[in-house]
Amino acid sequence: MGNFDFDVIQRSWVYLFQTGMVFTLKLTFLSMTGGIIIGTLLAMMRLSSNKLINLVASGYVNLMRSIPLVLVLFWFYFLVPYIGAWIIGASEPVAVGAFSSCLITFVMFEAAYYCEIMRSGIQSIPRGQIWAGYAMGMNYWQTMGHIVLPQAFRNMIPILLTQTIVLFQDVSLVSILSIPDFFGSAAKVAQRDGRLVEMYTFAAVVYFIMCLGLSALVKKLQAKVAIIR
Amino acid sequence: MNYNWNWNIFWDIAPDGTGTYFESLIAGLKWTLATAGLGWVIALVLGLVIGTLRTAPNKWLVRAANAYVELFRNIPLIVQMFLWYFVFPEVLPESWGTALKQLPNAPFVTAVLSLGFFTSARVAVQVSTGINALPRGQKMAGTALGLTLPQTYRYVLLPMAFRIIIPSLINEVAAIIKNSSVALSIGLIELMASTRSMQEMSFKTFEAFSAATIIYLIVSVVAILLSNLLEKKLRVPGFITAGSANSGGH
Repeated sequence: MGNFDFDVIQRSWVYLFQTGMVFTLKLTFLSMTGGIIIGTLLAMMRLSSNKLINLVASGYVNLMRSIPLVLVLFWFYFLVPYIGAWIIGASEPVAVGAFSSCLITFVMFEAAYYCEIMRSGIQSIPRGQIWAGYAMGMNYWQTMGHIVLPQAFRNMIPILLTQTIVLFQDVSLVSILSIPDFFGSAAKVAQRDGRLVEMYTFAAVVYFIMCLGLSALVKKLQAKVAIIR
Repeated sequence: MNYNWNWNIFWDIAPDGTGTYFESLIAGLKWTLATAGLGWVIALVLGLVIGTLRTAPNKWLVRAANAYVELFRNIPLIVQMFLWYFVFPEVLPESWGTALKQLPNAPFVTAVLSLGFFTSARVAVQVSTGINALPRGQKMAGTALGLTLPQTYRYVLLPMAFRIIIPSLINEVAAIIKNSSVALSIGLIELMASTRSMQEMSFKTFEAFSAATIIYLIVSVVAILLSNLLEKKLRVPGFITAGSANSGGH
């Protein structure tokens, strides 16, 4: 450990943050947004009284939750070009950038997890409020949009954000596909310069500090948004 | 989609000498189960100890246990695997490091260790949640009966807490099986890696991935059925088993 080379970190940290961390954060943020939107829709489908809609949504969510993220990453990495070709009617698979491919993967995968969070959020709202909404003459979408979802979302904010921290960590798995996210670019530098110990330790420290900071923020927020009942 | 499906590919002989593709997938599954199983033993033992310490009456013990949990929870699993695989042998005294690197199946040992420690932090959280979910009177009653604190834990608190958290522990078992797929990044030929190598050798991408998906599905369905059985047997009547919806994870 005596010959720990800080120089390699000094040389590469600008690249790591400007390329890698920006990729990781962008992907985390966009996947969170897309995942929460699709997850909420899935949660509404899972709570639907229509058996077919319910079955489709539960099937999707349970499938996604029982296979590993690595497998899902590989699935979409190879499948998205075919889906793209099918949508635009091309005969050859279309080239999809690494970022969009990862984004689709994480949105579709995390939606299943966000769905379960939103479902328990929606279920935590007393049924009486929904009946009250209907009694006022609101339709399903109005009741959901104006009464149930805002409260469900607010109650679930801390858990949604905790899941987002997990998502932030999971983005590091795209390095398996040689995509330069933060960890991927650290691994790249590590192999190029033969400085495995330094770069992997550095990446671990950065992740540790960021996740610890983020979870402290979530805890603070939790105290702030909690509705006193 | 002009993709040529060939579902008979599984009965073809793989060029790497592992038998048919189907057999090589099953061999991969065995490594997945072995890794997850051994990792789970480590996770359960360490998790029980650390989780118990998190509820100890000594402030420094609690702090140390919390630090352990934060350390293993806030670093992505793949980074932890790389740390164990590439960094850990370098930090050890040189002769130990070399011995570790020359182990016959270093990726397997590394994967078991990293999965075990990673999951132990999550188990610890569940264990301490379970202990804290018990009414305070149980601990008081234990000590009032003349049990020492360790005895109270051993005979009263831990058995109760353990049975309360079984549903969340089941989630963790499912998670460690899925997480073991990350070990392909350090070269362990588990199910995901053998799927990848089948894909690369046969060019039958979607057949290979479909097979892996089905195998993972079967494994989780079996795990869930078995553990539901266990849960029914061990459930404490009157205690609503609290799910772990408030801890994000996979």
